[in-house]
Amino acid sequence: MNIVVCLKQVPDTYSERKLRAADSTLDRDAADGVMNELDEYAVEEGLRLAEAHGGEVTILTMGPEKASESIRKALSMGADKAVHLIDDALAGSDALATSAALAAVLGRIGFDVVILGSESTDARMGVMGAMLAERLGVPQLSFASKVEIDGSDISINRQADYGYDRVQATLPAVISVVEKINEPRYPSFKGIMAAKKKPVERLSVADIGIDPGQVGLASAATEVVSFASRPPRQAGTVVKDEGDGGVKAAEFLAAQKFI
Amino acid sequence: MAEILVLAEHSDASVKKVTTELLTLARRFGEPSVVWVGAGAADAQPRLAEFGATTVYVAGDAELDDYVVAPKAELLASLVASKSPAAVLVASTAEGREIAGRLAVKTGSGVLTDAVGMDEGFVAEQSIFGGAIIVQSRVRTGTPIVAVRPNAIAPEPAPSPGPAQLENVTVAVSDVAKTARILERVVAERGERPELTEASIVVSGGRGVGNAENFALIEKLADSLGAAVGASRAATDAGWYPHQFQVGQTGKTVSPQLYVAVGISGAIQHRAGMQTSKTIMVINKDPEAPIFELADFGVVGDLFQVVPQLTEEIEKRAEG
Repeated sequence: MNIVVCLKQVPDTYSERKLRAADSTLDRDAADGVMNELDEYAVEEGLRLAEAHGGEVTILTMGPEKASESIRKALSMGADKAVHLIDDALAGSDALATSAALAAVLGRIGFDVVILGSESTDARMGVMGAMLAERLGVPQLSFASKVEIDGSDISINRQADYGYDRVQATLPAVISVVEKINEPRYPSFKGIMAAKKKPVERLSVADIGIDPGQVGLASAATEVVSFASRPPRQAGTVVKDEGDGGVKAAEFLAAQKFI
Repeated sequence: MAEILVLAEHSDASVKKVTTELLTLARRFGEPSVVWVGAGAADAQPRLAEFGATTVYVAGDAELDDYVVAPKAELLASLVASKSPAAVLVASTAEGREIAGRLAVKTGSGVLTDAVGMDEGFVAEQSIFGGAIIVQSRVRTGTPIVAVRPNAIAPEPAPSPGPAQLENVTVAVSDVAKTARILERVVAERGERPELTEASIVVSGGRGVGNAENFALIEKLADSLGAAVGASRAATDAGWYPHQFQVGQTGKTVSPQLYVAVGISGAIQHRAGMQTSKTIMVINKDPEAPIFELADFGVVGDLFQVVPQLTEEIEKRAEG
């Protein structure tokens, strides 16, 4: 089985994340880069599917040079090879252009399943799986908390507010995963050493037949008009419980007309 | 005035609150038309009229709900083509955002998610990076598609009701939109509590709650307030509370009138999911917990003492 896991390098949630004043894009230099957390679950699920059904796991990422750190981590976890879509023309691409570029690569390298995290911790749009399924014309199996494959049949549990939906489809398909699905493995020392020898193919937009004028910040279908830091919340009242903490809390709720 | 399409979220004839919020927002910028998928439109008509709907496009074909997301995006795309609306508004729920994403690809339009407000020109306000930065964004290509965060807009009935004229629409769902079939909907037991992202009050428990059984304390407090129950990632990872109730960066983003954080330290992972709550109350034994920075009212104390006392006090006041 040909398994492709899409991953995104994002600014670490635990470092200060900023936008650049010049063009309102993410300041990637200001924060440490890490693999998007939910994508670790996507890598893990890809590895488990390959272990159960045979096949290869290919990592696909779009991003600047720095994104190779996340590729390396995924290869250390056990993925077989990687494709890095890297081109200055892609900087500042919105979701629409990103999905077009990723779909172009996926069309070129082929796949039985594409797996990705259900959203990234930076943009948090949660649209990429749906957009890729739309562009590739394959089933959308998103928000999966469980994946089962039997031959060319695939079924997932699609997490919903009310519980979950059982969803069935035929491969090839796009899957997005939620963190309930598995527990990602840590790279072993052997895995880290082996990753250094694994092939990483670098592609430019020209390589995938995309017009550089159709991607990047200048042609994005959305734009940031302005941004500002949120004003800090006004300091509230904090009391120490001296046997009447619950009563005081109730008094606050009553004063605010919640009860 | 320009027509604005609003995709309704409903369960049968019951209109979800977020739909009344979307209608309230859409009225400021044009004439809202509701897109209603499935049964119940006739019964819901008075409610939609109350919030100013001009037209209700009813797609009653059951097939639209049998497959994941794609048929609804096709329906919206056909309405965008035939009605040329000024914008399309959907709820920024998991499914709403996915429909918006597919519609954006189909129509070559820009899409914005998780809007918490809107200005002229469909400029959306978004709260990003765990609420640290407020961004104004707009769509500059195609028909603006904006997913609006539930609970961010206060719903207000229209000064005078809209006609909410029902108009049946049909869409020939393509084969490619029928590839991910929903076999079964498994509804988890959650009693009478409101939905997490829609609730005006949310009570969440975290690591301090200690185990699954103790979540009964959180549920009792929530029930006394008519609130939804949430949980921090520490609590869902430990298996104390089901994953779909996780509030935070990898879970749900909530924006209630009142958020009560119990035994939650307030890591950025959690704050990202609740920072835009209007009023925040904190109960935690550690006075140094970062969650207190967000608190409008905080109690430093043992939750096993404070929470039962608070619940009892609320119930007493409700009776009195």
